[in-house]
Amino acid sequence: MSEYVTLREPYAARRQQSDADFLGMYVFLATEAMLFGALMCLTFLYRTQHPQASALAAQHMQLWIGAANTGILLTSSLFVALGVLAARHGQRRTTAGMLAGAMALGVVFLTLKGIEYGLDYRDGLMPVIGHPSPVRQGPAGLFIDLYFVATALHALHMIVGLVVLGTAATLVLRGAKRLPGQAVVVEMSGLYWHFVDVVWVFLFPIFYLARG
Amino acid sequence: MTALPLQTPEERVSYLNAGHTLRSWFLTTDHKRIAILYLVAITGFFAVAAVGAALIRLQLMTPTGELLSHEGYNRAFTLHGVVMVWFFLIPSIPNTFGNFLIPLMIGAKDLAFPRLNLASWYIFVGGGIFTLYALIAGGVDTGWTFYTPLSTMYANGHVLAVIAGITIAGFSSILTGLNFIVTVHKLRAPGMTWGRLPLFVWSHYATSVILVLATPVLAMTLILLFAERALRLAIFDPSIGGDPLLFQHLFWFYSHPAVYIMILPAMGVVSELVTAGARKRVFGYWFVACASLAIAGVGFLVWGHHMFVSGQSPYAGAIFSFLSLAVAVPSAVKVYNWTATLYKGEVVLDPPLLYGMAFVGLFTIGGLSGLMLALLAIDEHVHDTYFVVAHFHYIMVGGAVSGFLGAAHFWWPKITGRMYPLVWGRISAGLIFLGFNLTFFPQYLLGYLGMPRRYPTYPPEFQALNVLSSAGASVLFVAYVLPLVYFTWSLRNGRAAGANPWGASGLEWTTPSPPPKHNFEQIPVVDRPAYDYPLTRARGDE
Repeated sequence: MSEYVTLREPYAARRQQSDADFLGMYVFLATEAMLFGALMCLTFLYRTQHPQASALAAQHMQLWIGAANTGILLTSSLFVALGVLAARHGQRRTTAGMLAGAMALGVVFLTLKGIEYGLDYRDGLMPVIGHPSPVRQGPAGLFIDLYFVATALHALHMIVGLVVLGTAATLVLRGAKRLPGQAVVVEMSGLYWHFVDVVWVFLFPIFYLARG
Repeated sequence: MTALPLQTPEERVSYLNAGHTLRSWFLTTDHKRIAILYLVAITGFFAVAAVGAALIRLQLMTPTGELLSHEGYNRAFTLHGVVMVWFFLIPSIPNTFGNFLIPLMIGAKDLAFPRLNLASWYIFVGGGIFTLYALIAGGVDTGWTFYTPLSTMYANGHVLAVIAGITIAGFSSILTGLNFIVTVHKLRAPGMTWGRLPLFVWSHYATSVILVLATPVLAMTLILLFAERALRLAIFDPSIGGDPLLFQHLFWFYSHPAVYIMILPAMGVVSELVTAGARKRVFGYWFVACASLAIAGVGFLVWGHHMFVSGQSPYAGAIFSFLSLAVAVPSAVKVYNWTATLYKGEVVLDPPLLYGMAFVGLFTIGGLSGLMLALLAIDEHVHDTYFVVAHFHYIMVGGAVSGFLGAAHFWWPKITGRMYPLVWGRISAGLIFLGFNLTFFPQYLLGYLGMPRRYPTYPPEFQALNVLSSAGASVLFVAYVLPLVYFTWSLRNGRAAGANPWGASGLEWTTPSPPPKHNFEQIPVVDRPAYDYPLTRARGDE
C-alpha cells in the first residue's frame, strides 16, 4: 500500500507526511472559518440593530432557489465523500467519477445562483445597477448588500473548489497520482469542498430562513 | 578559539554556495535562502517607511511646518504607518529569523511546506509592490487605520490599491503562520519534546496562532471596505443605518493582536539572547513559554481599548480595560524571568545581549505607559495624543526593532559564517538606545501636555520638545545605518565565525556556520532540555 508514496523533502516517514498535510489543511480551513466568521458576525450585529428591516430583506430572497441549492450542495458533498472512500480503496475510475459528479452538482449550484442574481436584478435588489427597489433605501439595504458580498465570496470559493476537484480527478484518472498511496490529494480536495459546503449551510439560514 | 585556522565559509559546502545563479535563489525552496530573500525585501521596505518618518520629523521641527502641505503630511504618516506595520514589523522577525531558525532549532531539514514558503515570499513582494506603487503614485491620506466613512466616502487617493496590497500581503502572513504551526507539530527531531523547545520556537508558535486566526478577519474587513468604496455597497454607511464603529471593531480585532504578532517574536529572540548572554538556564522555562500563549490568547480580547472614546458602552469599556491590564501579567512574567536569568549569570556584554537588555528596558517603559492607557480615565485625557504615539513606538521600535537587530547580531555569524566587529556592534546598540529615548521620550511629555497626533502644526510652546525628538531621530538614523555598513563589510572581511561563536546552547549552534543545505548531516537526537548550561564544549569549538 505504501509503495507508491513519494516522500517529499523534509519528511522522513509516510505517516509524518500525511499528518502534516492534514494539519496544514485544517489550519487553512480555520483561517477560512475566521474569514467568513467576521462576515457572519457583522450580519448578526446588524440583525440585532435592525431586526424588522433584516427580516423584511430576507423576505425578498428567493427561498426556493436557496433551498434547492442547499440540497444540491449537500448531495455534492456526499459524492465527494464517496470519492474519498473509493480513493482509499484504490478505485481510480470510481474516484474520478464521484468527483466529476460532485463537480456537475457544483456547476448546477452556480447556474441556479446566477439565475437567482438575475431575479435579484429584476427586483431591484442589486447595488449600483438596475432600478433600486425602495427596500434598498433603509437599513434593509445593509442586509441585502451583505447577502451579495457573502454569496459572491462563497461562489468564488465554489469556483476554486471546482478547479481543485477537477485537478484532483484529472491527476487520479491519468495515473499521475496513484491510489491508494497518494489518496491524500483526494482527501485534501474533499476537505476543501466540504468546508465550502458547510459555509453555505450557515449562509442559507442567515440570509434566507430568518425572515420572521 | 581553536588553534587551527577555520575553514572560510566559502571553502565549506553550505546553503550559500549550493548554487550561484539567480534561479537558484528565486526558485529555491530552502528555508534559509527564503529567509535571506525576506531579509532583503523587508530591509528595502524599512528604508521606504523610514523616509516617511524622516518627513514627519522634519515637518515637526517648526510649529508652522514649512516642509509639507497638510495633505502631504497626511500622506507621509500614512506611508510610514502602512509600510512599517505590514511590510516591515509583521514579517520582520518571523519571516527572516523564524524562517531561518525554526527548522534548525527543532532539528528538521526544512519547514513543513517548502514550496508554500517560497510562494508566501512572492505573495508578500507582490502585495508590497502594489502598495508601494499606490503610495508613491499619489499616496493615501487616511492613516494606516482606514477608518470609515473617511476611507470609503471622503478620502482622495489610492485607498483601493493600498488595501488590495495589504490584503494580498496578508495571505503571505497566513501561509507563513500555517507553515510554522505544522512544522512545530510534525517535524521536531526525535527527543525534541514540547518541553525542550527553545523559547524562540514557543513564541513563534504563539505568533503563528495569531497570524492564522486574526489575519483573515483583516482580509474580510478590507474586502468590505473595498466593496463599499469601489462598488458603492452600503456596509458601514451611516446614512441608511450602518455603523462605522463596526469597522473599527473588525479592524482592531485584527490590529490589536497584530501588535502581539510584532512583539512576541522579539520576546522569543530576547529569551535566546539573555540565556546565551548569561550562560545560564532560563529562569522559569514553563512560565515564559506559557506567557507567550497567554499573551496570544488574551490578546484577542482587548481590541476595544482602542475605542474607549468612540462611544462604546461603558460596560464594554470597563471589561476591555480590565482585560488589557490582564495582558500585562504574562508580559511582566517575561520581564522578571529575563532579569532573574541574568542574576548571577556569567554576563558578557556582547552586542546581542546589549540589544536584549535595550529591549527589556524599552519594553518595560512602553508596557508601563500601556497600563496607563488601559485605564479609562487616563485614556480619556491622552487619547489620540503623542502619549499614545510614544507608547506604541516604545513597544514596536524600542521592542520589536531592538529584538530584530538583536537577532541579527546574534545569528549573523550563523547565517553568513562571518563575524562582524563587536566594538561597532556595541556602539550601535548604545546609539540606538540613546537615539531612541531622545526621539520618543519627549513625545510622552508632548502627549501628556496635550499635543494631538496627526497634526502638521502645533503651538510654539511645544517646539523645544519636538526639536529634541527630531534630533533624536537623526541619531537613530545613524545608528540604523551603522549595522548595515559593518554587516555588509563583514561579508567579505569578517573573520570566520565557527559553529558556535557565542558558546550558546541550541541545535542551530551544532551545525557549521553557514549551515549545509540540509541543515544537519543526520537528524539529531535530543536528550537534554533547552538552555543546558554550562555547555561541556569550550567556546568557539567547531
